[in-house]
Amino acid sequence: MTEAIATLRGRFDPSRHGALLALVVIVLFNLAVTPNFFQAQTLFVNISQVATIAIVAMGMTLVIATGGIDLSVGAIMALSGALAPLIFLSDFATANPGLGLAAAIVVPILVALCCGVFNGVLVSVLGVQPIVATLIFFISGRGLAQVLTNGNLQTFTHPSFSYLGTGKVLGLPFQGWLVLLIAVVLFWVVTRSVFGRQLLAVGGNERAARLSGIPVHRVKIGAYVICGGLSGLAGLIVVAINSASDAARIGNLMELDAIAAAVVGGTLLQGGRAPIFGAVLGAVIIQLVKYTLLANGIADEVALIAKAGIIIAAVYLQQARKE
Amino acid sequence: MTDLIEMTGIGKSFAGIIALQDASLSIRPGEVHAIIGQNGAGKSTLIKILTGVYRRDAGDVRMTGTPLVVTTPREAQDAGIATIYQELSLVPLRSVTENVVMGYEPRTRLGLIDWKAAHARTREILARFGVDVDVTRQLGSYSTAIQQLVAIARAVSLDAKLVIMDEATSSLDDQEIETLFSVVKGLKASGVAVLYISHFLNELYQICDRVTIMRDGQTVATHDVAETTKLGLVSEMLGRDASEIQAAGLTALSGGHGDPGEVLLEAEDLRSKTGLRGTSFTIRKREIVGLGGLLGSGRTEAARAVFGLDALSAGAVRHHTGATLDTPAQAIALGMGFLTEDRKADGIIPHMSVRENITLALLPKLKRMGAVDRERERRLVSHYIEALQIKTSGMEQPIRELSGGNQQKVLLARWLALEPEILILDEPTRGVDVGAKFEIQSIIRKQVAEGLAVLLISSEFEELVEGADRIVVLQDGTSVSELQNPGVTEGALINAIAHHHERSAA
Repeated sequence: MTEAIATLRGRFDPSRHGALLALVVIVLFNLAVTPNFFQAQTLFVNISQVATIAIVAMGMTLVIATGGIDLSVGAIMALSGALAPLIFLSDFATANPGLGLAAAIVVPILVALCCGVFNGVLVSVLGVQPIVATLIFFISGRGLAQVLTNGNLQTFTHPSFSYLGTGKVLGLPFQGWLVLLIAVVLFWVVTRSVFGRQLLAVGGNERAARLSGIPVHRVKIGAYVICGGLSGLAGLIVVAINSASDAARIGNLMELDAIAAAVVGGTLLQGGRAPIFGAVLGAVIIQLVKYTLLANGIADEVALIAKAGIIIAAVYLQQARKE
Repeated sequence: MTDLIEMTGIGKSFAGIIALQDASLSIRPGEVHAIIGQNGAGKSTLIKILTGVYRRDAGDVRMTGTPLVVTTPREAQDAGIATIYQELSLVPLRSVTENVVMGYEPRTRLGLIDWKAAHARTREILARFGVDVDVTRQLGSYSTAIQQLVAIARAVSLDAKLVIMDEATSSLDDQEIETLFSVVKGLKASGVAVLYISHFLNELYQICDRVTIMRDGQTVATHDVAETTKLGLVSEMLGRDASEIQAAGLTALSGGHGDPGEVLLEAEDLRSKTGLRGTSFTIRKREIVGLGGLLGSGRTEAARAVFGLDALSAGAVRHHTGATLDTPAQAIALGMGFLTEDRKADGIIPHMSVRENITLALLPKLKRMGAVDRERERRLVSHYIEALQIKTSGMEQPIRELSGGNQQKVLLARWLALEPEILILDEPTRGVDVGAKFEIQSIIRKQVAEGLAVLLISSEFEELVEGADRIVVLQDGTSVSELQNPGVTEGALINAIAHHHERSAA
């Protein structure tokens, strides 16, 4: 018996499977305590809420894997989220609905990608500390979004655009499928592509990577660009869910959720590892904790403290692995 | 006369590895004393024991006859031992005055800092060294030399009896070195002793009175500088017999090279901010060119410049294709590889597997539709694991779990997998056990027979002498002579290094 436990202990590495265990514990807890937890409706709500965190967290994971960090994700969400309604509510879009819708999706994401280029160039070519470089958009991006909308709340009725946030495919929310698709693509990029290998090498030992001829600057810019683009997409989804765009609130504090999800998912802050599905799992845990507290009538403020607890636990497990 | 510092029988080991064994050092009051020795000879360990950074395991330290007890650098400073490190330990963003009086600020009666007195004192101290600067300006706005002088001024203001200068001239230009030397002479005149650590033997003859030579954690000898020759010092540093070196002479070097291939790369009069002052050499197919010289002679810097890592301020690297070499990526694309000296900092990606580490430089060639061609990758990796006999539990094992020798083989495989034309090897067998060392050397030999050109840097003279077809001798960033095998002996190489020092001193 004790032998069996010992083998189990040997197999079970808390730092590797801790997040999975946490997920199981939260689900079991909810099944026992939270009323109406085992309902399709609950599943839908959680999937549609977790999608944005998961999408941004995957981008963040790539950036952290290079040894960097991106604080501007929330602000980029606000920027793209503010742009989209401006475009599809414009006269041009009302005249050409199809083109207008396409532009309302493509243009904000292009702008988000450009933000990523800016961050990446600052960090790699100019050698600015990532935390400082991305602080620039963290501060100015949301300001820009509010200037564009005059600080007004934009509400709209636009069924085709809202599909991004409220549509269903095979009975499940559209953005859930989107997360799955992005995760599969990024997983392929990280584990199979040359870019992914170079990304992990840059994060693992930048000097050695440079000496081995890896285009360090290009790889880093690539990571920030992907992260920016995904943030832009997440911004669109938030707006689509709400059928309203409030530049002051879209993606507020998203950078912290995304970093937390990445860390809980097993990303090392010093770089060199990019567990994509880990980031999704981390996002799910964070969302479920929020939901659990909310559904049981505990204030949002307390949820913040709970999140901090999760991060501490995740970092503690990472530290333990280093030894 | 009682010695100012008397260290005897000093022993120190780190985690069971002996760093110092029965080392000794004596410094007289008011003398300029040099310590020389190769890397790892124990110079810095001995000094760190003196300054309270390390605690000795055995031995006795006395200052003017009484036992000296220091357990922290601060206590050493209070005892009158001041250290000026290579990396200045000053605060560049604060004023000159603040840097000089830091921790010992004059106070007013209210307990506040008396800035008027502080500035005046700083000005007075600096004036003694002939330095006239605005003491209220930020220290960082002045040159390295001035900063170094400020560090010395700080030491003197603390009533130092001994100033330790660790590689003080390494970042100074000739003019600044002159200023520094005059300050050292000034210190000596006012009765302060100076302990001087430098890799440049010429400096010794300019300002030092006595010299202590260390080797393998022991003190070999202490001489009056006036009674030594550079040949003698070099031979004591390296542990070779001076007469043997002399007997071998330079003239015995004759005989050509058996099979000189065409010239692949030509480095002409390389100059750089990293310390190259006119280095030239050529690399031909099917030969090993060695770079010889003491530490700090510019060997690694020359290799880095050739590989496109450091910018040249003058001179040119000419590749036989006529292509330019500005980045490592370009060099690799032209068929060059660089096995670096510092395996940990510049070589391995610790998290990654043996497989991923081997194919790191090869990725562009393994690319198929954006993805890594995994099948080819595995084939290549298992070929090299077998060919180089890398001991690993499998290609997926993280490289950090391998022994030093096997890590080195993985890195060698990284470059060999490129099927390079030119391979730069910087200390290829350092920190590698004897067995792996032999294997690595024979792998290199075999590759050269098949046409590879190698630029070899090694601090082990046997490796250079036996391995290289030609040895280019560097000194202070300048290539000074070239030895041709067969016919090179260790003595001849040491002689070439030492003799040139003689000549440049004359």
